[in-house]
Amino acid sequence: MTEPILSVRGLHVMFNLRGRKLHAIRGVDLDVMKGESLAIVGESGSGKSVFVKTFMGLLDANGWIDGGEIVYNGEKLTDYKTEKQWLKIRGGEIAMVLQDPMTSLNPLKTIGAQIIEAIELHRPLRGRESYGEMISLLKDVGIPEPERRAKQYPHEFSGGMRQRVVIAIAVACRPKVLICDEPTTALDVTIQAQILKLIRSLKEKYDLTTIYITHDLGVVANVADRIAVMYAGDIVEIGACDEVFYDPKHPYTWALLSSLPQLGEKGEDLYSIKGTPPNLFADVRGDAFAPRNPQALKIDFVKQPPYFQVSPTHRAKTWLLDPRAPKIEPPESVKRLASEGVSGFGE
Amino acid sequence: MANEEKKEALLSVRHMEVCFGKRRNRFKAVDDVSFDIYRGETFGVVGESGSGKTTIGRAIIRIHPMTKGEVFYRGQKINGKISKELDRTVTRRIQMIFQDPMASLNERAKVDYIVSEGLYSGGVKYSKAQREEKVSKALSDVGLLPEFASRFPHEFSGGQRQRIGIARALIMEPEFIIADEPISALDVSIRAQVLNLMNELQKQRGLTYLFISHDLSVMRFVCDRIAVIHKGVMVELAGCEQLFRHPLHPYTRALLSAVPMPDPRREKEKQIFVYDPAIHDYSVDKPKWVEIEEGHFVRGNEKELASYRERVQ
Repeated sequence: MTEPILSVRGLHVMFNLRGRKLHAIRGVDLDVMKGESLAIVGESGSGKSVFVKTFMGLLDANGWIDGGEIVYNGEKLTDYKTEKQWLKIRGGEIAMVLQDPMTSLNPLKTIGAQIIEAIELHRPLRGRESYGEMISLLKDVGIPEPERRAKQYPHEFSGGMRQRVVIAIAVACRPKVLICDEPTTALDVTIQAQILKLIRSLKEKYDLTTIYITHDLGVVANVADRIAVMYAGDIVEIGACDEVFYDPKHPYTWALLSSLPQLGEKGEDLYSIKGTPPNLFADVRGDAFAPRNPQALKIDFVKQPPYFQVSPTHRAKTWLLDPRAPKIEPPESVKRLASEGVSGFGE
Repeated sequence: MANEEKKEALLSVRHMEVCFGKRRNRFKAVDDVSFDIYRGETFGVVGESGSGKTTIGRAIIRIHPMTKGEVFYRGQKINGKISKELDRTVTRRIQMIFQDPMASLNERAKVDYIVSEGLYSGGVKYSKAQREEKVSKALSDVGLLPEFASRFPHEFSGGQRQRIGIARALIMEPEFIIADEPISALDVSIRAQVLNLMNELQKQRGLTYLFISHDLSVMRFVCDRIAVIHKGVMVELAGCEQLFRHPLHPYTRALLSAVPMPDPRREKEKQIFVYDPAIHDYSVDKPKWVEIEEGHFVRGNEKELASYRERVQ
């Protein structure tokens, strides 16, 4: 792989909620490589959205970075103090596509005006030039008749088309990194496939590094080069796409995979993760997933596992990888995925 | 799958048509849809947004009036003008679970009231003690603690709220439940819990479900038979495995091709079909609704049907 465009070291994020401290991100290390497509997967509340928000200085007012550093292209983002410094990064260097296209557009402005606004804010284009750029962006994101559509308002667009507009705004400032936070959750399956395809083609065209955030492992098999699984504010497993799907090591990754209906056997219960994610107001002891893991080892409750390297690209934080650990097999459905893949769909 | 001997139609929909708007703005959301739902099965309706799948569910439960057609429940007509008594039974027997547990619960009412609300209007008077007993039973049936009755909805997570929505339906002791995208707004891990719960309740109580969704991967897991709706028109209806093995109509194939697979090898080779209704030439040869193999219906004209027959062979 090439050099990292963004590297995070020992990042801690805290939130102050009614006088209590919530430890949302607990010492995350991550390198995002230039030109790759990385997916961060986890349940709601695992901290995945908070994590990427720190790249753009978008933490809510009651949150702060409590140690660690984020380096983007040699710039230490964790040293940024003023909004002015952040403005260079936001949009221009790192851009974000949010989950819900219904709420991320301004209902009172035409689509064209909203895209032009983003262009003129970050690039030295004005008037005719920026209009031409806007039209070509609309074409790029696959909106037919861009001249006519640019004069329309968001309510005249369907959900999928609106998400295309949001993506056009995100790439309008020629960012180097595009973060897609649950880009397709609010959309239909058919539209979802089209939007993912669009993001992939834009990634090639504009030479982007993309970071996907999602709770659905099914969505990312197609788009991600690497997958990071996040649980309780920490990355518990990270590896190349094939490694995470076909040779997952962490019990939490097993649980996420086997709760997918695509892997379920009809008539049997689908695997479901018992309990709730740990309370991050208190200190987490040992492996954060242990209380929900029926096969947890004794040591999981006592000591936090370090990363164990599985391959040069694949590592996981679980004691199961320790040479002294007993051999615990992944669930049947996970093993079946590796040997046969998903079956039963189509001819 | 429902056994042959108990294939009794619990609910029959005949030539359902639902229109919205008046005169020039008239829009046909559901166009001549007919199907039977057998007792004890899970019948799926799949389609993209705007296909009219939700409207079908809402027309059955009589939220939207139908402009044409009939709905029979246990052989009795339940749409249009019906007697007060029948109206009450139907309201009790058919319940609905909604998509978004964040939006479908009254934020200002306690769980106790939310769950028991249906009991107040059922025509039967319950004492306070009886109601409380029913609420705590319904809550424990869906895996919640009876103590939760005194809390407000905002104190619960998405999965728990959806359970409250299910408890609210169960307290009426329904036979038939319309579940409109019950898990689309939920996290993957919580989806599994809600699906399992629905499955279990079906086994215990012999419930019949109408399951409405846009996601075929979930449908395959829960449904016995699936109807595919496109722009208000039913284009294919088949047993679940039949449909997945031999999807015939191009729209079904498009939906199927879009299902995301947690399998990188498969995903890399996959081709996404985009359905274009213009491929049908219905100008001369009008489409028909034909049973192409046992229990597998599809809409098409003679030429298309011939090619479908070949594929089934």
